[in-house]
Amino acid sequence: MEEGAEGKKEEKETDIRRLQTYPLIRHSDMNDEMRTEAMELCVTACEKFASNNENAAKMIKESMDKKFGSSWHAIVGEGYGFEITHEVKNIIYMFFGGNLAITVWKCS
Amino acid sequence: MPSKAKGKQATPAQQQAAKRGRPSRVSVAPGRVPFARDDDDMTETGDGQGGEDWMQPKTLVKPDDQLDLSETELKEEYTRILTANNPHAPQNIVRFSFKERCFKQTSSVDQLAIHFALDGNMLHKDSDEARRQLAKMGVGEAISEQTISEAGEEKKEEAEEEKEGAEEAGDKREEETTTPAPTGGQKLTNQFNFSERASQTYNNPYRERGTATEPPPRATFSSNATQWEIYDAYVEDLERQEKSKEKKQAMLKKDEEKTKKKLTAVETQGDDISRIARAAKIMERMVNQNTFDDIAQDFKYWEDVSDDFRDQEGTLLPLWKFSYEKAKRLAVTALCWNPKYIDLFAVGHGSYDFMKQSQGMLCCYSLKNPSFPEYIYPVDSGIMCLDIHPEHPYLCAVGFYDGSVGVYSVVEKNVKPLYRSTAKTGKHTDPVWQVAWQKDDLDNNLNFFSVASDGRVVSWTLVKNELIHTDIITLNMDGAPEEGPDGTQIVTLGSGTCFDFHKQTDYLFLVGTEEGKIHKCSKAYSSQFLDTFDAHHMAVYKVQWNTFHPKIFISCSADWSVKIWDSSFTKGPMFTFDLGSSVGDVAWAPYSSTVFAAVTADGKVFVYDLNINKYEPICEQAVVQKKKTKLTHIAFNPTHPIVVVGDDRGHVTSVKLSPNLRKVPKEKKGVDTQKGPEVEIAKMDKLLALVREPPQNK
Repeated sequence: MEEGAEGKKEEKETDIRRLQTYPLIRHSDMNDEMRTEAMELCVTACEKFASNNENAAKMIKESMDKKFGSSWHAIVGEGYGFEITHEVKNIIYMFFGGNLAITVWKCS
Repeated sequence: MPSKAKGKQATPAQQQAAKRGRPSRVSVAPGRVPFARDDDDMTETGDGQGGEDWMQPKTLVKPDDQLDLSETELKEEYTRILTANNPHAPQNIVRFSFKERCFKQTSSVDQLAIHFALDGNMLHKDSDEARRQLAKMGVGEAISEQTISEAGEEKKEEAEEEKEGAEEAGDKREEETTTPAPTGGQKLTNQFNFSERASQTYNNPYRERGTATEPPPRATFSSNATQWEIYDAYVEDLERQEKSKEKKQAMLKKDEEKTKKKLTAVETQGDDISRIARAAKIMERMVNQNTFDDIAQDFKYWEDVSDDFRDQEGTLLPLWKFSYEKAKRLAVTALCWNPKYIDLFAVGHGSYDFMKQSQGMLCCYSLKNPSFPEYIYPVDSGIMCLDIHPEHPYLCAVGFYDGSVGVYSVVEKNVKPLYRSTAKTGKHTDPVWQVAWQKDDLDNNLNFFSVASDGRVVSWTLVKNELIHTDIITLNMDGAPEEGPDGTQIVTLGSGTCFDFHKQTDYLFLVGTEEGKIHKCSKAYSSQFLDTFDAHHMAVYKVQWNTFHPKIFISCSADWSVKIWDSSFTKGPMFTFDLGSSVGDVAWAPYSSTVFAAVTADGKVFVYDLNINKYEPICEQAVVQKKKTKLTHIAFNPTHPIVVVGDDRGHVTSVKLSPNLRKVPKEKKGVDTQKGPEVEIAKMDKLLALVREPPQNK
């Protein structure tokens, strides 16, 4: 990324990008169908509970439990680090809304 | 029941009673004076009689209305039969029948006499009254009562029947009732006719079984979710999207996708078959290994121990025999080991007979499967020679009897060759006797050389889909060009039968001809030979540079001889060996510069080691059963100590060289043994030095 003269352009771009609040999957080893479903669910949850991360995470976790089996875990937040153990083919780590990071994994 | 009323003095009342059939209460006790007691006629006479027992029985006080019977009459026994007939019942009832208009006697009269009747207070459980009562008491009790009473009823019925049979009198009709049966589990059991029966079915024994499923696999994942990471990710994604847009515009992706889809479809279909094929192949190999187990063991581990006792001589241990039914009529015309896959070798089938030319075949065998070739390529013309590319072990250059050359790719599933030269593309006009791959040319195209009886050495280059030929050299005969009928100069060309390229100097090669000459040529000079050797009297069948020594080469010919030459010495060979029969092929051993093997038309394999014996072979062995089979080709395996030998019946025999045949000269202990080309070259030089010296040492 170029600095200096293009700094202003960057700011504009960042604003534009923040408006482009599309979900971006950073890492996932799920099946395609599961992945799309999980992604949509996360998007719905975050849009619904835009102000309350806990409720969003709660909704995600409960829906995933119902659909795909017990013991899902969900984290919704803007700044955190994590190290988790997950069942193979049951993790999704995505960004949404330009500043939200959502991690959902299954581990019973 | 008839009872005899014995009586000395039977009172008339008694008699009357007896007649009427009334059971008279007479207790007859033998020995006792029967008292005639009659309820109805309780007379004093009885008492009087009894009381006056001690009195004189003379005076009898008789009642007035007593019957007068004589003594004899008195003593008469009268049989009285007591029946169940009702004495009071009329015996002949006559009624008027209006139908027949006359009086008719009813045939049977009811004999029933009820002596005793007692009204009971039992109700049938299904009767209305009973139901009403049950409803009051409650349904639950009724059910239990029912079940118990049902059980009880059956037994009661049985009991009653027996009782009826036992008692004479009393036709009591008992009604089934729903008596307040004993509640609470107590069974009403019939005392007379009840037996409990129980049985136990066989319970299968229990067994505990436990399994534990494998837990789903887990993996760890870690990351840092920060604002800047999120930003970076989005930026990257945008860039990627832009790039992909550009690509889409530039390339036509539709076609690619279609082809990809087709490929995937075919692959999935092929997977099923190929999976089975693979398994079948493995099975085949296993079966073969089992069948030829001893041969495989020999191949790996057998070392002829007797070699220690044999003075310098060696033996050839026959191993597998390779043959293919369809190639049985065709002679083995070419043998080549694969340079990369050391267990794979290619066999070319064809015919050496000028008159009998038929189809040919290219078979690739593996040592792991001696019973069937791995790859089979049938062709219309006999194969005369073949060579496998050292870099690309799947490419096989083939020369045909009809003068064309072809390139086969073993990985292709197609049976046809990749390339085939035709008349247009400059194929030879005579059988191609040898082909050899060369290094890739400047354009990285594969190319190979071929030599044929038409006297041309041609270089073929594989360019895209074609073979492009270049004449390297034409084998001109010595002598001035003759004049033909028109006056044109006809140049007679020699007939090339074999060639070999020098291992180090790329441009240098040798060509052997049918006339018995060997020419040393260079790729650069197309019209002239560098040198010519008058090698043999008959056609030269094989010429080969020494594996290590740069100047030595060997040649074999139909004139029964094998000669070893020094390329700088054109006048004569260094060594000459007479083998007693036309020598089909000769080959240097890859592990030593002084060992070579030759095969002859009488079915024998000769192995020479110049280091050990300069004049005699250290091994001379017939490898084929039938004496008429000619051995046509021989090839050493680059790594294993085995040789394959082809004969004119289409069989390929593999033999193992005994230790004596593959000796590396032992250096003195303490001195480092330098194994390598230098040693071999030095070995050869030593020998040559001996040879070149005046004939004293010969």
